[in-house]
Amino acid sequence: MRSHPILEKLGKQLIFFDGGMGSLLQQHGLSGGELPELWNLTHADLIRSIHKSYLDAGCDIVKTNTFGANSLKFQSEGYSAPQVIRAAVSLARQAVEEAGHGLVAMDIGPTGKLMRPLGDLEFEQAYEVFREMVVTGRDAGADLILIETMSDTYEAKAAVLAAKENCDLPIFVTMIFDEKGKLLTGGDIPAVVALLESLGVDGIGFNCGLGPDQMKALLPSLTACCSIPIVVNPNAGLPRSVDGQTVYDVGSEEFAASMVDIVMEGACVIGGCCGTTPAHLAAMVQACRGLLPVPIVKKDRTVVSSYAKAVAFGKKPVIIGERINPTGKSRFKQALRENDMNYILREGVAQQQSGAHILDVNVGLPEIDEPKLMVEAVQAIQSIIDLPLQIDTTNIEAMERAIRLYNGKPLINSVNGKQESMRAVFPLVQKYGGTVIALTIDEDGIPPTAEGRLAVARKIVETAAAYGIEKKDIVVDVLAMTVSAEQDAALVTLKALELVREELGVYTSLGVSNISFGLPQRENVNTAFFTMAMQNGLGGAIINPNSKAMMAAYYAYCALSGADGQCMEYIAQYAGQTAAPAAAAAPGGDIGVQEAILKGLKDSAYEAAKAMVQTTAPLDIINQELVPALDEVGKKFETGTLFLPQLLMSAEAAKMAFEAIKTHLSTKGDSQQVKKDKIILATVKGDIHDIGKNIVKVLLENYNYDVMDLGKDVDPDLIVETTLEHNVKLVGLSALMTTTVVNMEETIKRLHERAPFCKVMVGGAVLTPEYAEMIHADFYSKDAMGSVYYAQELLG
Amino acid sequence: MEWNRKEILRYLGSKGKPADEPTQQKIEQAIQELENVMAPKAVFRTYPVEWLGEHHIRIGGLDIESRQLCQHISGCEQASLFAATLGAPTDLLIQRYLVLDMSHAVILQACAAAAIEEYCDLRQKEVEQEAAAGGLYLRPRYSPGYGDFPLTLQKPFLTQLDAPKRIGLTATDSSILAPSKSVTAVIGFTPDPTSCHVARCMTCQAKNCPFRTA
Repeated sequence: MRSHPILEKLGKQLIFFDGGMGSLLQQHGLSGGELPELWNLTHADLIRSIHKSYLDAGCDIVKTNTFGANSLKFQSEGYSAPQVIRAAVSLARQAVEEAGHGLVAMDIGPTGKLMRPLGDLEFEQAYEVFREMVVTGRDAGADLILIETMSDTYEAKAAVLAAKENCDLPIFVTMIFDEKGKLLTGGDIPAVVALLESLGVDGIGFNCGLGPDQMKALLPSLTACCSIPIVVNPNAGLPRSVDGQTVYDVGSEEFAASMVDIVMEGACVIGGCCGTTPAHLAAMVQACRGLLPVPIVKKDRTVVSSYAKAVAFGKKPVIIGERINPTGKSRFKQALRENDMNYILREGVAQQQSGAHILDVNVGLPEIDEPKLMVEAVQAIQSIIDLPLQIDTTNIEAMERAIRLYNGKPLINSVNGKQESMRAVFPLVQKYGGTVIALTIDEDGIPPTAEGRLAVARKIVETAAAYGIEKKDIVVDVLAMTVSAEQDAALVTLKALELVREELGVYTSLGVSNISFGLPQRENVNTAFFTMAMQNGLGGAIINPNSKAMMAAYYAYCALSGADGQCMEYIAQYAGQTAAPAAAAAPGGDIGVQEAILKGLKDSAYEAAKAMVQTTAPLDIINQELVPALDEVGKKFETGTLFLPQLLMSAEAAKMAFEAIKTHLSTKGDSQQVKKDKIILATVKGDIHDIGKNIVKVLLENYNYDVMDLGKDVDPDLIVETTLEHNVKLVGLSALMTTTVVNMEETIKRLHERAPFCKVMVGGAVLTPEYAEMIHADFYSKDAMGSVYYAQELLG
Repeated sequence: MEWNRKEILRYLGSKGKPADEPTQQKIEQAIQELENVMAPKAVFRTYPVEWLGEHHIRIGGLDIESRQLCQHISGCEQASLFAATLGAPTDLLIQRYLVLDMSHAVILQACAAAAIEEYCDLRQKEVEQEAAAGGLYLRPRYSPGYGDFPLTLQKPFLTQLDAPKRIGLTATDSSILAPSKSVTAVIGFTPDPTSCHVARCMTCQAKNCPFRTA
């Protein structure tokens, strides 16, 4: 157990942070655009005296003037970030010495850049920036770490890990929310709490952006889910601009009165942010001195989170979508081997639309680099889907890398009762946070009785406690065994569900469909078992949410059990539906592949191609149906009778027809035979706008080219290496900005030098035919169809 | 905020033709989705313009050498630095459709482009009032990257307004704004109301731009 003066007081008495720094410096002449942290060096006396006046006002902790003292902001200022930090900590320490009391918080603000996929900052890059701040602050003598004004959970996670891994100081984290309780990235309060609590920080709260009254209004949503001390550092009201100056309207007495309310609402560490002054803080200390903090109630929530939201286990079972998993799926295996992330993403979105609350992610195949692919999959999924993820792997390296880079508190699948498994997995859960699925199996195998499984579960829960992992962060999977092999398998599992929930007080999970393995019409058995399991207290069901029957069982169970208040969810799902429409026809009805593409009907195109491929050779479908249809819409686009969205609707329909053909072939183990030449596409280094490149990709794929999409912000060397490795004859590059065309030019130069057999076509907003010629591109494509025509001319 | 459907179609390359029914439906769906996720924010501040040379000015702490910007705000003694963004969730929504449905992604992106312009016009009214108080009028917005106004000034421009912290608007190493549906611009204050009516596209050098209005 760490001992620290602040930790001993924390939660037992009020602790007072200081108030604003930057806003005071502006009053002393700091101009907009000037870095306030430089004043540690240029106006040392002023900074020290501000710290001192806060301490004299009765504050317990002063924040160093290091909010933006990071290596990204201090690249060309003549001073390094560590220099500035050392000066800042030293000034705060001097003030503490002069005042005779107080602690120094190493203040860490956001980097000022956006993380991928929104911006260009990598997680580990952000980590490194924060690490330097933490280490410098620690060595300079800071007493604690305050990570503040964070508007992105991912950046906050990087900062917390940097602090946790590089010092033993207490860590407080305060985030900046808007009045609706949302972060700039869209995350809500429960999501933030789930993540930060699981990372093991010492205090969580709000700062900046809002005044005390708006923060007070948000506090109930924080206290409802938070089990650790709460920190609140508001602005002196909402900022207003008057004559080019930012002003704050809440005076010191009003501020102090609101802070009393905030203490009553549950905050135990309070202070101020922008616009607050020593006078505000003196009034606050005066008004709050003598108040005792509201006791913190432990919530014991079993919860996981994404960047956007939290999902808690409870009365209503949680649906964990199982489809992102190659087991038994040849088309999925093919996608993994081809690194076809979009296929995986579409599987994820389909499950979300079907009602999944959490997505299982399993990319294990014997012949692939699982850690690498797992990280890619997790990062791709969390870029476009806001559901929490379940990291599902037996590869410990893959597990660690994925949960480190995961933007939230993950569900981890799994640990089991074997010593070896617990020794490997629990340290990761302890370090990165997470809720872990515990399988009731150990060195002696799977116990045949419910009591035996309870005993394994108990052993796992007790061992976890020794690692500091609370039982609320364990979900026990009592294992569904196939009933066709063992008649009483279902009953044992059902009984174990009940025992574990009642005896250990932990939530449970099951891979439900295992029960019917080897039986015909498995769905009949699955739905019945699923309902029985829920009745016996199942907490999380790992199922295929795309199965209408399984989801019907779920919604019906929730309505019957009272978990679905007034059956609202059930009604929302099924109201207005006629009973069981037998094999519903796709919209557009019975039309051919060609017509479906011309009309841009995705589902019809898929169904038509699926039917046709039973009787017609794939290449005949492509040449006689797809290509003529695409040529027709392409021409109409050229002549201006169709415009871009319509062209793309047809392209999407053609893509679905291809998908039907591909699925058909992959079940026959025959996937490559229809594809034409390889083409590489990439958005050049430094550029993050890739919509144009993606349009080109869809169209080229329609014409059956084997497109290798290297993504955006792609290093020239990667493009050259890939070209050489696969002997690719055509590379398409896109760039949007004048600043990135230089990277396009560099890429073309290297390609021409090292792969002279390869032609380069270019496109993008900033390019013109003249510009393209100047940077030695072989072809300038004015629009997406242009690239298709060039590819046809070049490759056939 | 109003949705300018004509502008949306222009961004989609309709060249003045009306959209067919499915496209119209998709546009309405996109507008709905955007309204659910958009969190538009703006920040601006007015400074005196210091004329350091014919093509060299300083606005606040921002040092700018640009012949075209200087022409654009010639005669202005004050200017506002203006920054606005639709916010990160809008980008995430578009990202999602880039995977799911390209045609919808393109429509969303056109709607969002129209929305940020509309939002800038809306918030610019506050700048207009500020100018009007001094008997001045606004020149049209002029952004880094237009003409010879260096795109590389995006980062100092944002720093000047404390935009990363205040509205979550940042620049990448290549000076690309992130979130992407964002605008930064200089708005000149002029005493001459007749110098203000310049249509947006007329000031642009990209004469062959497919989106150019007459």
